Amino acid sequence: MANKILAVLEQREGILKKSAFEVVSAVRNLAEQLNLEPEAVVVGDNVSNIEEIAVYGLNKIVQFKNTDLADYSSSGYKEVVAGYAKETDADYIILSNTALGKDLAPRIAVGIDAGCMIDCINLDATSGELIATRPIYAGKALIDIKCNTAKKVITIRPNVIKAQPVENPNSPTITVKEVTSPNLKTRVVEFKKSEGKLDVAEADIIVSGGRGMKAPENFHLIEELAESLGGAVGASRAVVDAGWRSHREQVGQTGKTVSPTLYIACGISGAVQHLAGMSSSKYIVAINKDKDAPIFTVADYGIAGDTLEVIPALIDEINKVKSN
Amino acid sequence: MKIAVCVSHVPDTATKVKVGENGKTIDPNGVTYIINPYDEFAVEEALKMKEKLGDNSEIIVISVGSDKAKETIRKALAMGADTGILLKTENDNDSIGIAKVLSNEIKSQGCELVFCGKQSVDYDNTITGQLIAEMLGYSCITVVVKLDIDGNKVKAEREIEGGREVVESELPTVITAQKGLNEPRYASLKGIMAAKKKTIEEKPVELSDKTIEVLNMYLPEPKKPGRILGTDSSAVPELVKLLREEAKVI
Repeated sequence: MANKILAVLEQREGILKKSAFEVVSAVRNLAEQLNLEPEAVVVGDNVSNIEEIAVYGLNKIVQFKNTDLADYSSSGYKEVVAGYAKETDADYIILSNTALGKDLAPRIAVGIDAGCMIDCINLDATSGELIATRPIYAGKALIDIKCNTAKKVITIRPNVIKAQPVENPNSPTITVKEVTSPNLKTRVVEFKKSEGKLDVAEADIIVSGGRGMKAPENFHLIEELAESLGGAVGASRAVVDAGWRSHREQVGQTGKTVSPTLYIACGISGAVQHLAGMSSSKYIVAINKDKDAPIFTVADYGIAGDTLEVIPALIDEINKVKSN
Repeated sequence: MKIAVCVSHVPDTATKVKVGENGKTIDPNGVTYIINPYDEFAVEEALKMKEKLGDNSEIIVISVGSDKAKETIRKALAMGADTGILLKTENDNDSIGIAKVLSNEIKSQGCELVFCGKQSVDYDNTITGQLIAEMLGYSCITVVVKLDIDGNKVKAEREIEGGREVVESELPTVITAQKGLNEPRYASLKGIMAAKKKTIEEKPVELSDKTIEVLNMYLPEPKKPGRILGTDSSAVPELVKLLREEAKVI
């Protein structure tokens, strides 16, 4: 029988995340290229959309179940996943590079004596050997890497490798394994949701503001523009360091690296460390009064004008177009 | 209590990255190196912990790298850490190899509390803290923005998508620091002078075989220059039209 490749899928509040299905697609492809036997692994309590995994091409699913594993426990999840990887002698373990995936992947790697390739944006095994590509220096450079160990733990960056439904999916076979006395030495006891706002790390549209917004009280314009587009609010390091905005919103090398479909930079000149964090966005719009600002070198569309004059007009126009 | 802080010597975030002659690493010419920004939060948190405990706690700063990493250790000593250890090697870009020598050193020093930055800003590795913890059998909480340690109990808030997780665990532990955990202090002149007298012990180490091999390094394709549509709000209708009809994003 072929060696195994495991897709370790993240659920939150009992629902598999979008990024989980990206992992399913990646694993299905790798299994084909490397002639491996793929399997999906879910840790949690009740997971409502678990059957959807089959839609993306994996029909063998193992669920590790315990009410105390409904929320993340690094010790509990690691024990279960590393234990199963050992038991099945799996060669590849794939996760999404989310907060949970980043935290868990290296722990599994130590548990099964594997190498760990993280934050990969491309996995290519057409040559029979897996070569991964990943950004470094916050995206200022890329490296192609390979893993020299027999066992490999890999995380893939969310939003990059597409989740693709398969034609005529097989019906899923779900094996439920009850976990008795999970290791809860380290566990989540509470989740503090940030007030109803979208997170830049997960948003498809981001509207970011910088020093060119002139004062913190002008950020309501950024918030309104983001709202009109259903996007998240981002910020440059300058305004975070000045205390205008929270670090949660910071985009760039010491903030978050993002690649949304649309990134609108308002009053951001485009320091190297900011560009590194957002230039892989699909479409970039820059609004900045200095036409020579570096942000325009990465922007698809620009308006070289005063942000405080342009943004209200942009909000009106978008609302007008959307209501039609 | 003995507290370890692991620090890394990295190119400044303002660096324009160029690929070196070997095609596999950065061209170091003209690059300024600094203490990894997230490690500063780690050092600060260790200092706060020592102040809170008010005992004879000792903060040991450890780095893996060449002689040049001493600058970064010195910086942490100037902030107030007690002693430094350089695990000396020229071959320092494999996380697992690095975590092994760090965990060995932490074990032989008997540190029960370990701080790291949540990631290095060069290779953007977000795994060293967890690797060390697993190798030592310690608990580990990553991307921490708030920390309380009371006796043996550890309570921390970590940043995740859409909010914060409150995590409970116990010592011994490894904490990886996120920006926002604290405000790192500036080294005072007195601190800088004192740091010159503090010892940095050098220990040559051999890293195990590389688990990850870099085949080549390259720069991303530059974006095609875009269009400036105007200089004021009169360009807005055209912008929205392009976003709808050309980019199809709204």
